Amino acid sequence: MTGDYTADEMMTVTAARQLRNGSVCFVGIGLPSAACNLARRTHAPDLVLIYESGTVGARPSVLPLSIGDGELAETAICVVPLPEVFAHYLQRGRVDVGFLSAAQVDRHGNLNSTVIGSYSRPTVRLPGSGGAPDIATYAREVLLIMKQSTRSFVPRLDFLTSTGYLAGHGERARHGFPGSGPRAVITDFGILRPHRATEELELAAVYPGVAPEAARAACGWPLTVAADLEVLPTPEPADLRVLRELHAGTEEAHARPVRIRLPHFDRS
Amino acid sequence: MPLAEAVAQHVRDGQSLALEGFTHLIPFAAGHEIIRQGRRGLHLIRMTPDLIYDQMIGMGCAQRLTFSWGGNPGVGSLHRLRDAVERGWPRPLAITERTHAEMAVAYQAGASGLPCGLTRHFGDTDLDRAHESGRKDPHGDKGDREAAPLTCPFSGERLLAVPALNPDVTILHAQQVDRAGNVLIRGILGAAREAALAARCVLVTVEEQVERLDAPPNAAVLPHALLAAVSIVPGGAHPSYAAGCYERDNRFYLEWDAISRERGAFEGWMREHVLAVTDHSELLRRLGVAA
Repeated sequence: MTGDYTADEMMTVTAARQLRNGSVCFVGIGLPSAACNLARRTHAPDLVLIYESGTVGARPSVLPLSIGDGELAETAICVVPLPEVFAHYLQRGRVDVGFLSAAQVDRHGNLNSTVIGSYSRPTVRLPGSGGAPDIATYAREVLLIMKQSTRSFVPRLDFLTSTGYLAGHGERARHGFPGSGPRAVITDFGILRPHRATEELELAAVYPGVAPEAARAACGWPLTVAADLEVLPTPEPADLRVLRELHAGTEEAHARPVRIRLPHFDRS
Repeated sequence: MPLAEAVAQHVRDGQSLALEGFTHLIPFAAGHEIIRQGRRGLHLIRMTPDLIYDQMIGMGCAQRLTFSWGGNPGVGSLHRLRDAVERGWPRPLAITERTHAEMAVAYQAGASGLPCGLTRHFGDTDLDRAHESGRKDPHGDKGDREAAPLTCPFSGERLLAVPALNPDVTILHAQQVDRAGNVLIRGILGAAREAALAARCVLVTVEEQVERLDAPPNAAVLPHALLAAVSIVPGGAHPSYAAGCYERDNRFYLEWDAISRERGAFEGWMREHVLAVTDHSELLRRLGVAA
């Protein structure tokens, strides 16, 4: 079965390959966390993972459900207060890569994680910003991982939560944002990257067997296909094995019942 | 002091209230006691509302929420928060949203006796524009002023001033209290210390009382002089966790999605597990997590 893999696995393995060993990475929960921990267990053992709960250099053996699971604190180099992780690490420029996801992205890599519909009367109230706008501002570069559909890759965001390239053509840089913005969007079709001049996201790479037309059909704006479109390698059996072990261990850990010992006097 | 007494003495209708603890050490037992005592019109403040505020909002305790991330971590929506914002059930909820970094500096400012905290500002997001429209919000009240851009007098750089947060009451959960009433927090702190030092009144629930805190000099200790009341509530953070005592009940966080999705099922669960119990240990027994 090692020749077979799911779209999620292809995405996670591809995302993991975007991370360089030794870099300091601010990690969101979900797919970003899976990709970062896969990278750490394969080609990037010295990746320093920071979760917004203040755990610096976490090396979890199973994937956390929340950004503050005990597993992160127990395996971290240190645990700092939350105001410190945002001010002294992120704002001070000590984070190389911010790894994010969102409900909507537009053609210039701007993100919405706040509402669908209007702000005062939303159709869907999403969880909100969290640390995403801060990460999108200060991380030296940003990686995004999102499944592609016309609902999530939209011509116009319902709400601008986190800043990408704004309207492109250097607008982000002109505003003086310290970080350089989204370097890549890893999707279930391949990778989108910003065009050098316009900063519009283009289809730069596809997975084996994926037609560029399929990626274009799942995008809400007319997606440009890069002239030198790359075909990405399939996941290595070793990558899949590590990723599956990670997920299996995670499922088992999250299903484990919690036991709390109560003192006897408590009941009397 | 028993928790019910601490809440009865110190928590009043209409107050601003911060139950802090970032994923870790969330004071669930205290939140449940506030629900049982039927507090209303509260201005709830938390970086991540989590299940505890989902429950308090769904039970009608809250009039306003100040927060930065309102989801069920790794699971999805907080359905009661959504129902209140999207459909005004059980009552309309006014919201003030900030980013995590903005919440952090707002607590730090409150804890430092400053009127505002600072972050950098490079350009408006819609969150900043929502703040603008919030200025006309009829619910606008103290502690809820909007962030405003300003210029650094030294460098000319653009900054964002975030109004300080000074909750009427901050409630924390921690691992230990010693004989003198000093409290030790171990593990992930979030903005708990800042939220406590910013508050006018601090209540704490702890796992256990010990003779002496076995803590290094730079440990996170809250001196007894800062605290209005400490209550011993073993398991008081469940389904959140207390490092060194018990783990996060991730299974419960996953189950909450189905429990909270419909109003009827939510109310039934709250009646049976919060309103009908006398204290937190009874809830833990009903959930089968007490050993």
